[in-house]
Amino acid sequence: MAVKSIISRPVYGTLSPQPGSDHLLIADAEGAAAILDLAKSAPADFFAEAEIVFIPRDTGETYIAALKALKPARFYEGPSIAAALPRLKQRLSTAHMGLRLYLAGTEGLIGQAMQAALEAGIDHKSIQTEQRGSLARRVQCVHCKGITEDVTTQPARCSHCGLMLLVRDHYSRRIAAFQGVCINAEDPSEVPPMEEMFK
Amino acid sequence: MSTGTTKLDVAVADVVPVNELVTRFHFRPTNGGLLPTFSGGAHVVVEMRDGDTTRLNPYSLMSSPLDTSEYTISVRRDDAGRGGSLFMHRAVKPGDRMVISYPVNLFSLDLRAKKHLMIAGGIGITPFMAQTAQLAATSGNFELHYACRTASLFTYGDVLAERYGRRIHLYHDDRGEKIELTRLLSSQPLGTHLYVCGPAPMIDWVRRTAAEAGWPPETVHFEHFSAPQPGVPFDVELAVSGKTIHVGEQQSLLEAIEAAGVDPPYLCRGGVCGQCETNVVSCDGKFLHNDHWLTEEEHRSGKKIMPCVSRFEGRSLVLER
Amino acid sequence: MGIVFRDETFRDDFTFKNSPEHIRRFPFPFHEDSYMYAVNIEPHVPGPKGSVLENLIDVDEHYVSEMRDRALVLAEDPLRCQSLPHMTLAGWDLLELLMTEQAKGYPEHFSLTRDGDKWHWINRPLGIDHHFVFGDLTTLPYGPMEYITRQSQGDFCILDQRDGNLWMDAGIVTTQADWSLDFDIGMNFFEWHAPVPLAHEKGIFTRALKFLTNIQQGKPARRLNWTMTINPRLDTSPENYHKWGADRATVTPENVGQKVHLRVELQSFWRLPRSNAMVFPIRCYLIKMDELVTSRKWARRLHRVIRDLPEELATYKGLTLYRPTLLEWLAKHDDGAETSPGFGPD
Repeated sequence: MAVKSIISRPVYGTLSPQPGSDHLLIADAEGAAAILDLAKSAPADFFAEAEIVFIPRDTGETYIAALKALKPARFYEGPSIAAALPRLKQRLSTAHMGLRLYLAGTEGLIGQAMQAALEAGIDHKSIQTEQRGSLARRVQCVHCKGITEDVTTQPARCSHCGLMLLVRDHYSRRIAAFQGVCINAEDPSEVPPMEEMFK
Repeated sequence: MSTGTTKLDVAVADVVPVNELVTRFHFRPTNGGLLPTFSGGAHVVVEMRDGDTTRLNPYSLMSSPLDTSEYTISVRRDDAGRGGSLFMHRAVKPGDRMVISYPVNLFSLDLRAKKHLMIAGGIGITPFMAQTAQLAATSGNFELHYACRTASLFTYGDVLAERYGRRIHLYHDDRGEKIELTRLLSSQPLGTHLYVCGPAPMIDWVRRTAAEAGWPPETVHFEHFSAPQPGVPFDVELAVSGKTIHVGEQQSLLEAIEAAGVDPPYLCRGGVCGQCETNVVSCDGKFLHNDHWLTEEEHRSGKKIMPCVSRFEGRSLVLER
Repeated sequence: MGIVFRDETFRDDFTFKNSPEHIRRFPFPFHEDSYMYAVNIEPHVPGPKGSVLENLIDVDEHYVSEMRDRALVLAEDPLRCQSLPHMTLAGWDLLELLMTEQAKGYPEHFSLTRDGDKWHWINRPLGIDHHFVFGDLTTLPYGPMEYITRQSQGDFCILDQRDGNLWMDAGIVTTQADWSLDFDIGMNFFEWHAPVPLAHEKGIFTRALKFLTNIQQGKPARRLNWTMTINPRLDTSPENYHKWGADRATVTPENVGQKVHLRVELQSFWRLPRSNAMVFPIRCYLIKMDELVTSRKWARRLHRVIRDLPEELATYKGLTLYRPTLLEWLAKHDDGAETSPGFGPD
């Protein structure tokens, strides 16, 4: 089932060093490789004023040593995005202008870190992003408002209310999720097959 | 459908000299009642009927947006300019009837800001007079840094200091006082927005320093209306209306087009809003671009001109008007 | 003599209908026998007496019942009314606009008395008589946007203007044509229009945005948009799509005239003075097919428009399931005669 992409679908770039006095780099899983790539073009003193927040997910120890070797001023390894968020929010609430944010990895990580940044008053256009690894989606059920994490199928079942959802490309930065809309509302007896779409 | 603004009929209620260069004008509606509400940073375009010449100059509203019983503007006398400010200073008297535009805001506060950091130079203080009044009324978080040549020319410096105390920082050039911009920019909380209004070199300095300090462009706001500059007279052919016009030494191209009975839309008349952007059909000569609207590439292309502030020197110019 | 307000429902037993005078004033959206998505913006100036444009903010016979339906929607789902923190000032702007226009247009039903920031608002149809201080949140039972839009027909989107774009940062949306305020709040003009087919490629939204961002105080503009709805349901939200989507399968040749409704949105665009934001009131008008075909011209024209509508637009507007049944019914009201230009019913 092909869904033509639309303008609200986020477009990710390639991380590049920005002018600033405080660099906060946040990555999960393969996103670590984006930070390592950025390091190749970064000024010599870049990581002396940088903090790396890393959530390995299923990459285990693969990237830890390489990230630490960049000698960031601070390095934090978290067990999950949810566990790292309170720390991030506290960090942003005390930060000054000149802080630059770099997000790399899954759309879920990029979206949730950006959500915290927006609340802290950072304009989304000033945030560097790079998608790496899984294309699994966070999906908000438009009906019950529950968010289902790591959705890989089209359609997908809402983990809260159980409705079968068409996962649209329509994306909300504020909610950090794609929109899911009941796929068989016109005829609930019709149950379309689920296909792996977002790997 | 073209855009533009509605006109307001006003009477000059008061003319108050503020210092040797600046005079303040108070306008009230001729039919009584209240003037339209506006937001801090808005300007009006004032129509000046000076004999056969009509000038239309934009001025920031500096009165409090909370009080629309009158509008006030402050005009700095420019002895080398085209005469608009001299007309205001010499000819406009209390009781005169004038026509002004509805307020238009091209220098709006970003109300998402956790803090508003304002930097003013000279007469660039006027939009901040209205913005600080608006923010103060809603418990907004702001801080103003204001530089001027001398104490005697410190337009409203005393008024602001009295109103807002420690939120106002004044810098006298003749005393060697200077805004410590780098330190200032590095100490602002995340979510601060920066606003600058003043002479062009100051705006450039602030924008450049902010960019180097890692302030994203979305957080840096500036207002720089250019005044049309006098220059060598030139002739222009208007292809659409089939007219040939002469642009005088003290006239802007837009004014000359209007004098011929053609009315391009406008909001700012200062090279900022983009409304009067005009296509060039053909030309043989050189453009003197003074606007902040077209990109450098568009300036080089010779295919567009902003007639409110830009001029032309050469043999022939044909515009799509 | 004022408006006689109908007592009717937009859910369950669906007792909504238009009086004969209201059928004649329906804002029929097709000026010719075909339709293509276009922006078609014009100045929002008062129109002919008796039309929906007589006053810039229109109040009609459905007012009281629509406000009751809005209250029901908000009680079920408070997320239909949201305002990001920086939009409170724009909410006061909207309150001033709606109170002023309603009191000006319908003095027998509404009155506003201002003494500095001490305001006195009387809304007779809803039985409200309220003294409050303009700008003081503690003197209203809701935020200013919610307070006044619980008393004003239509949805309202408030757009913050920055960086040359418009950002949907506040709104109240209970009568929408299948879009979610809760999901779209915070998006810019291009993002929230992203699901509209065919229009982006043509640059329609780029031109529309340039126009809208230059709208100035005192010079509002407007356009019409349309879709179709099964049953006179105001709340056709995506939130409740799983509850109303099945209605589309209930259309039969026998019930088209009562069940199928043309739904027209009168969208207007206003600059707000204090906040420099914009408000887009989106006013929804419904008409049953049985009511619509009382105008021979409208009947012929609607038949031709629906028949020739591009497939993408038909899908976007949700017509696919019942288009054949509707067309068959409308065809009986189209004798092939020419239609006069313009919107009027003849």
